[in-house]
Amino acid sequence: MQAKRVTFQRTALPLALLAPQLAVTGIFFLWPAYQAMRQSLYQEDAFGLKVVFSGLTNFYDLAVDPTYLASLLTTLVFSLSVAAVSLSFGLLLAVLADGVGRGSKFYQLFLVWPYAVAPAVSGVLWVYMFDPSIGPITKLLRVVGIDWNHQIHSGQALALIVMASCAKQIAYNFLFFLAGLQSIPKSLLEAAALDAAGPIRRFFTIQFPLLTPTSFFLLVVNMVYAFFETFGVIDATTYGGPGQSTNILVYRVFNDGFKNQRIGASAAESVVLLAIVAVFTFIQFRYVERKVEY
Amino acid sequence: MNGHKPHRVRTLLVHLGLILAAAFMAMPLWFAFVASTYQGGDFISGHVGWLPGSNFWNTYVTTLNGTAAQALALPPMGSALLNSLIMAMLIACGKILISLPSAYAVTYFNFPFRSLCFWVIFITLMLPVEVRIVPTFQVAATLGLLNSYAGLTLPLIASATATFLFRQTFLTVPDELTEAARIDGASPLRFFIDVVIPLSRTNIAALFVILFIYGWNQYLWPLLVTTKASYSTIVMTVGRLSEASGEGDPVWNYTMATAILALLPPVFVVVAMQRLFVRGLVETEK
Repeated sequence: MQAKRVTFQRTALPLALLAPQLAVTGIFFLWPAYQAMRQSLYQEDAFGLKVVFSGLTNFYDLAVDPTYLASLLTTLVFSLSVAAVSLSFGLLLAVLADGVGRGSKFYQLFLVWPYAVAPAVSGVLWVYMFDPSIGPITKLLRVVGIDWNHQIHSGQALALIVMASCAKQIAYNFLFFLAGLQSIPKSLLEAAALDAAGPIRRFFTIQFPLLTPTSFFLLVVNMVYAFFETFGVIDATTYGGPGQSTNILVYRVFNDGFKNQRIGASAAESVVLLAIVAVFTFIQFRYVERKVEY
Repeated sequence: MNGHKPHRVRTLLVHLGLILAAAFMAMPLWFAFVASTYQGGDFISGHVGWLPGSNFWNTYVTTLNGTAAQALALPPMGSALLNSLIMAMLIACGKILISLPSAYAVTYFNFPFRSLCFWVIFITLMLPVEVRIVPTFQVAATLGLLNSYAGLTLPLIASATATFLFRQTFLTVPDELTEAARIDGASPLRFFIDVVIPLSRTNIAALFVILFIYGWNQYLWPLLVTTKASYSTIVMTVGRLSEASGEGDPVWNYTMATAILALLPPVFVVVAMQRLFVRGLVETEK
């Protein structure tokens, strides 16, 4: 951890400055996280009268619950799809915008605004377009012979939540890729152009390799977004259905904790999510620290 | 620069691609707008297509003056918008106000437990509210924070990201300034207020833009922590309306008008403060 070379030697003052943040962190972050871990080790007895210590039973139950494993798989497919779609479109648009030179600022405005749309609102906009009976896109699809009904077909439901989740991340990735592309020295590209390398060749031999760290960082950010911030999208579109086909992990934690009142199971699911975030954070932290060194 | 034909064709194609992409991004918004310009019954009879209808004025007036909300037993639109504004402002200002001093403390001071404090803050990066949702709700309930602005905002306020951003900013402040302040006999607090904060102005503003959007767009937490209509936010209202529409009530027009009202303020902030927004996003790195 880096600090200033010139520092003040005090004890009370810095602790006072830290106090508000430490208080909020302790009460609303650490304490609940501890509670989640504790509750994950308890279960209600058969009559629902009292909670008893049950060791790792909640975790065992999750591990053998086929619907939980299906949720896990759905979450992975969903997150990887969101990441793949939004990374590739973000990169494509950044390359195009970088190509127009001064005009890129103008296009930037029309490509980044979706970042400001709440996932829940985005979900509502998309669910209308694809409404099985009155959606304008559904009607168009019917003309070309596709029967769209995400309330029945699970594959279509998954496709819908991926689409509704992507716009925000495309905007985000686009900005980072554009910043990355614009920081590549022009002399490098001009030298390659003199060697008669076409734009596509220049992209794959120079620009893309130099963007690798950015892409990796964005991959993690996109996965974290898809894992944890898409609750609103699901709650505005499919409610986890049809069946369990779009019941991703965050939606499940909420359902088990609040709708089904399975506190122990929900706590165990929280702890699993906690472990997943820890992995993501670890990866991201290594990237961030490496960047700080420069 | 060469003016060969293939070059010009390529430039044209690049512009075309960007225009198409921009249009595609705007498509959901266009359909939402179109839907908001019809009457509820038009959806059932299949009148709503790709072009606006004639009910624009009526839909937005009844949405904004609360007639539509009353008929659907929803909180009045004005109070939902105000709640969203209050929530977004409290979260943005609160995060900035608690993370500026804490970043200053971990960057500029050498004191026992400095590393420990740093790690306690850092660990919150690993705890999105969604992950600890049930116990956080229990804590808020125990503290009597349900149906209050404190309950709506406090659990979302502690933020390692803001602390990190400010720490990064402070690390770029030249040490000579600190030495000069010391020689002048300025206290650490004086130095913080008179030198460090003014130097961080732009980053504070940039972060404010990002945090305002983050706060405005909250959905799950407000949904849980507020049961009284008087604390309902606009994004929650959109969710409720969408549920009603999905169940067959002919209210798509109100749903879409409300969705547009819910997304306009944060989108306006991005458009009006594009430079700060880009800076805030790229520098906080989330």
